[in-house]
Amino acid sequence: MKLPTRMRGKGPDAHPGEDTRGWLPPQVRAAWERLPEPVRRLVLPLALVVLAFFYPKYAESLPGAFPGVGTLVIMIVFTMMAVGLNIVVGYAGLLDLGYVAFYAAGAYTAAWFASLQFEQVTFHFGSVGISQEAVGIHISIWLILLIAGAFTAIAGILIGLPTLRLRGDYLAIVTLGFGEIIPQFVRNGDNIFGFDLTHGTFGISPIDSPGFGTTLEDAIGVPASFQQSFDRAQWFYWTALGLLLLTVFCSVRLRDSRLGRAWIAIREDETAAAAMGIPLMRTKTWAYAIGAFFGGIAGAYYATFKSGAFPSDFFFNVSIFLLCMVILGGMGSVWGVVVGGLFLAYLDQEGLAKIGNSFSDLIGKQIDVPKYNFGVYGLIIVLMMLFRPTGLIPERRRKKELAEGVHDESLYDVSG
Amino acid sequence: MVGVLGTGFVLLLLIWVIGNFARDPGEFLNVLLIGLTNGAVYGLIALGYTLVYGILQLINFAHGDVFALGGLVGTTMILTVLDLSTSDSALVIVLGIAATLAAAMLFSSALNTTIELVAYRRLRHAPRLAPLITAVGMSFILQNVGLIGWGVNFTSVPRLVPNSVAFSLGSVDFQWNKIAVLLITLPVLLALTYLVQATRQGKAMRATSQDREAAAMMGVNVNRTISFTFMLAGGLAGAAGVLYVLNFTTIRYDQGFQLGLIAFTAAVIGGIGNMAGALLGAVTIGLIEAFNEGLTWYTPGSDWTRSIVFGLLIAILVFRPEGLLGERTPEGQ
Repeated sequence: MKLPTRMRGKGPDAHPGEDTRGWLPPQVRAAWERLPEPVRRLVLPLALVVLAFFYPKYAESLPGAFPGVGTLVIMIVFTMMAVGLNIVVGYAGLLDLGYVAFYAAGAYTAAWFASLQFEQVTFHFGSVGISQEAVGIHISIWLILLIAGAFTAIAGILIGLPTLRLRGDYLAIVTLGFGEIIPQFVRNGDNIFGFDLTHGTFGISPIDSPGFGTTLEDAIGVPASFQQSFDRAQWFYWTALGLLLLTVFCSVRLRDSRLGRAWIAIREDETAAAAMGIPLMRTKTWAYAIGAFFGGIAGAYYATFKSGAFPSDFFFNVSIFLLCMVILGGMGSVWGVVVGGLFLAYLDQEGLAKIGNSFSDLIGKQIDVPKYNFGVYGLIIVLMMLFRPTGLIPERRRKKELAEGVHDESLYDVSG
Repeated sequence: MVGVLGTGFVLLLLIWVIGNFARDPGEFLNVLLIGLTNGAVYGLIALGYTLVYGILQLINFAHGDVFALGGLVGTTMILTVLDLSTSDSALVIVLGIAATLAAAMLFSSALNTTIELVAYRRLRHAPRLAPLITAVGMSFILQNVGLIGWGVNFTSVPRLVPNSVAFSLGSVDFQWNKIAVLLITLPVLLALTYLVQATRQGKAMRATSQDREAAAMMGVNVNRTISFTFMLAGGLAGAAGVLYVLNFTTIRYDQGFQLGLIAFTAAVIGGIGNMAGALLGAVTIGLIEAFNEGLTWYTPGSDWTRSIVFGLLIAILVFRPEGLLGERTPEGQ
């Protein structure tokens, strides 16, 4: 086995604290090293979380390049989906080109159970911000998030059961097929044997808002309904942040669990994993279901934030956008995907437009850069795959895997 | 269980086809002709997928966009370089189309070969998903090249091959543009078959697709053979692009992706890696689309065409991954 020189003997524990943090004064460094290992590892994430938590308070005083709080909500929702997709693609190594289907499933679950869509019935359960006489099903958004996750996970299992037997590229194609069928179904679903399920191209809008209800509002001053609250964006932002942290936490814990190790084993060598007694189908289906679960929650949350679910949101391009986040950050690396996701979502929402403007000013000619956003993502994907397939923040194990090539079958040698 | 369901489904389909035929035979045959023409264009694209898959086991997602760029180059040839219009004499138009075909094929060949050289060749020993993901990225890059070069709107050309009726057999109308598509497709297919079956280069291709290392040991220049395959596939895509433009007179930068997916479905239905299968699948898809959009008796209609095509793709991959004519592959087990 031949390792590239830069990897030989330079494990994470080879020289603890020697070449890193050399810039700190010795006393501080000594104090730092006296801290127990778990504390040290938590300091940086905790600091970031605190910074993120107070973002709405100091966002106004930041320079214009920083995103607004409303934009940040969208960025976080897409990052959450990318973390969910990372479970499927990064951990289990199943290329899913139809993740947008899960996003759609989550959004429409919210739209069905928290809007005026089904006017045949009137059912309220913990809904806030609307009159109790409003027709349609209105369930509390907090419950909807769970329902959407569960519903999407079931959808993931239903899609996965027949298709996960297929390997690699065939699976990618099948997921792509579902990613094309579901948006079309949604667009045409306003007349399924006379029943209006999805309200066609108009989408379903408005969707109820999350909130804490009037009782809590009177008691401790939290808003009864986010949409109607004065500082709407910041409440949506804090909720999104909480959901993202939960997703990241679950993702990290899952990776280190028995199931997570089984996923990685399948990713590295499916045949060997099966020989070691890992039930392939069940393990892969779990990856699908859990990945779908987070996609569904993110989709439902985004739908309540936008107060609508529209079929034009669910195009194949979204799947590729999410895949690009995972690849940029590093397949399998949770922190990498969070960084990659936030970065790309920022580019998509504001960054490209801003870069485009300064670029146009520079050359004195107007160029509509956001129009070419998918060309930029395509370029990122290709460049990353060619020059840094491990991603910006590689997962240690994945890096080794790509360097040593645990796949003994190269592209060429696979034959019938 | 699956067998019973499958047989039942095929029976229902047969009843549906016969029922439609019985209601209006003339209309049915006209729709059939549309299906065959579209199937021929899909076939040219599908062959490109199949050739590349046969030799590299790679789904070249960018192939559909090579097709679209070929078509766009064709429009530039017709509009700017040659400045053809419907008032030109028939000979000028025929020669102009021939020149357009040649230019588009040359361009697409060069483009496809370059893609392989720049992107896929470096990833030959990477895990299998790496080239696949690269191909998806490449597809988006090519789409944006089309967007930069030809803009967001449809590029239209004059209807050089008229869609007037050339001759009628019974109630079936043979239009010039449909005849032209079939007239161009057939020689291309014959030439391709000859190339793959009867020449040294074709033998090298077949050898490389069976076992690359053994082929290399027998003195086949594997790299050159792969480049040649990409060149061939690109040429077919370019020809398909020009045919598409002649048949529908408009094309846009993002149409390649859709058509590419449909053509890929055709290749899978026939059995990917199998050339006759790709054609069979392409004609099947062409017919399904035409029937669904043209017939009237219990037909879902054009809103559902894509769902039906991709539903078929999923059903084939799940129940018969080797396709109609293919052999079992490791993927299918």
